Amino acid sequence: MDAVLGQLYAGLSLGSVLLLIALGLTLTFGQMGVINMAHGEFLMAGAYTTYVVQQVVGGAGLSLLIALPLAFLVGGLLGVLLETTLISRLYSRPLDTLLVTWGVALVLQQLARDVFGAPAVEVRTPEWLKGNVDLFGAPFTKGRLFILGLALTAVLVLGVVLRYTALGRRIRAVVQSRGLAETSGIDTRATDRLTFFIGSGLAGIAGVALTLIASTQPYMGQTYIVDAFLVVVAGGVGRVRGAVLMAFGLGVLQATFAYSQSVSTAKVLLLICVIAFLQVRPQGLFSVKSRSLV
Amino acid sequence: MLELRDLRVAYGRTEVVHGVDVVVPRDGIAVVLGHNGAGKTTLLRAAVGMLKPRSGSVLLDGEDVTRLRPHQRVRRGLAYVPQGQQSFPQLTTAENLQLVADGRRDGRERTDEALDLFPALRGLLARRAGLLSGGQRQQLAIARALITGPRVLVLDEPTEGIQPSVVTEIQDAILALARRGGLSVLLVEQHVGFALSAATTYYVMESGRVTGTGDGGSASADAVRSVMAF
Ligand SMILES: Nc1ncnc2c1ncn2[C@@H]1O[C@H](COP(=O)(O)OP(=O)(O)OP(=O)(O)O)[C@@H](O)[C@H]1O
Ligand SMILES: [Mg+2]
Repeated sequence: MDAVLGQLYAGLSLGSVLLLIALGLTLTFGQMGVINMAHGEFLMAGAYTTYVVQQVVGGAGLSLLIALPLAFLVGGLLGVLLETTLISRLYSRPLDTLLVTWGVALVLQQLARDVFGAPAVEVRTPEWLKGNVDLFGAPFTKGRLFILGLALTAVLVLGVVLRYTALGRRIRAVVQSRGLAETSGIDTRATDRLTFFIGSGLAGIAGVALTLIASTQPYMGQTYIVDAFLVVVAGGVGRVRGAVLMAFGLGVLQATFAYSQSVSTAKVLLLICVIAFLQVRPQGLFSVKSRSLV
Repeated sequence: MLELRDLRVAYGRTEVVHGVDVVVPRDGIAVVLGHNGAGKTTLLRAAVGMLKPRSGSVLLDGEDVTRLRPHQRVRRGLAYVPQGQQSFPQLTTAENLQLVADGRRDGRERTDEALDLFPALRGLLARRAGLLSGGQRQQLAIARALITGPRVLVLDEPTEGIQPSVVTEIQDAILALARRGGLSVLLVEQHVGFALSAATTYYVMESGRVTGTGDGGSASADAVRSVMAF
């Protein structure tokens, strides 16, 4: 029983990280159909933001709290910069977008290498996130619990923003029908930029979370990005609910397989599961209605 | 007042509107008639900025808006109800209206006014627009356009494919709006009878050109039908 719970907890925290990364992708991919390969590097930027704040501020606890909004800003601004300079010129050219953003990802990795060096930098965990809490008789590390809380909060806030605010209405309207939104008086370009800001900002926050459980190095963005895209595609492009279910499903699945098999076998098995799933439901877990007009 | 001056519009290399002039008089209704494929929708899409014309210009109350994007034209008072009862299907009726009222100081008043014009929508506020009937969706589309506070309202076949009882409702609403003053209407319409009774001026389009025009009051439906027949 304890072993099963242990696997479940490991799966939940892996799922939380995937969710934080995929949540941003859901927005940028769902909103504009952009496959942004540099999304993982925005996460890396968020992690290094935490490192820099710790160097400046000192205390790990206070640094973490400052780093969260700051990483959102850093990720968001990088996203807007990428969107306005490159992606906006590559409308309806998905393959070019993929290649260009992949190039940007490589540049950002090299930049991080030049500034911070190739080896991982040390980001300290605050005292209040060290140790375990007992949950149903099995230990759950506080750091992982924090990440789970962060991911669920992000989902909740994003859900509320999308459902109940003017910005959310605009974003949903543009997703459903870009042309009609434009002729209804909505500045779709400004909406795109804002959506990219929020989506990329969420990657920054995911980066802060990752410093608690993984090492901060220039290539960290690569580790999770493929899985995150899997979550978005399988969950149904643009759907938050689908992303949540898929992220935790994949997390638990991966943790379970990793327990019985080697990790790489687990990934292969996982991929097979996802491909099999997409055979049954090619539109993902929840589908979004196609764009009408234009 | 809306003026379309010598508009040429193309899809890729195929030009489908070959230099069209249309004037929508202040507080009047200009009607564009024409067979399927004549280029009416194409002309309207250029007027509202969804298509970039090859040449020619669009003037809104004398201001050249040819280079403005659609949402900028909406803010200057040019509202558009596209062909085909379009709405945001996953948004509720209320959200469809709220979307355009957002950020407008008079948003609430205008929403109420629009709902007064189409009272049937009041009972459907919580329903997703995708679940509405064609007629209801068209009423929603017109209501949405009105909330933007237009000086010129552009309507593309607002009664096409809608059941007869609702057709009259929509036609009456259009006439009521035009009579209220402060609003000019550019209307594409297949019902020649209604079109001519409503029109201040009418235009007949054939294969991307205006082949007939005149005052709505003076034209007999038969005369227009004969122009359209050739
Ligand atoms: N997106 C497009 N690409 C290429 N050609 C198009 C496109 N849309 C319309 N056309 C062509 O342009 C011409 C004019 O079409 P348009 O839709 O403007 O006609 P219409 O007068 O509005 O017809 P209807 O009464 O059927 O709505 C037609 O020959 C049509 O086939
Ligand atoms: Mg048409």
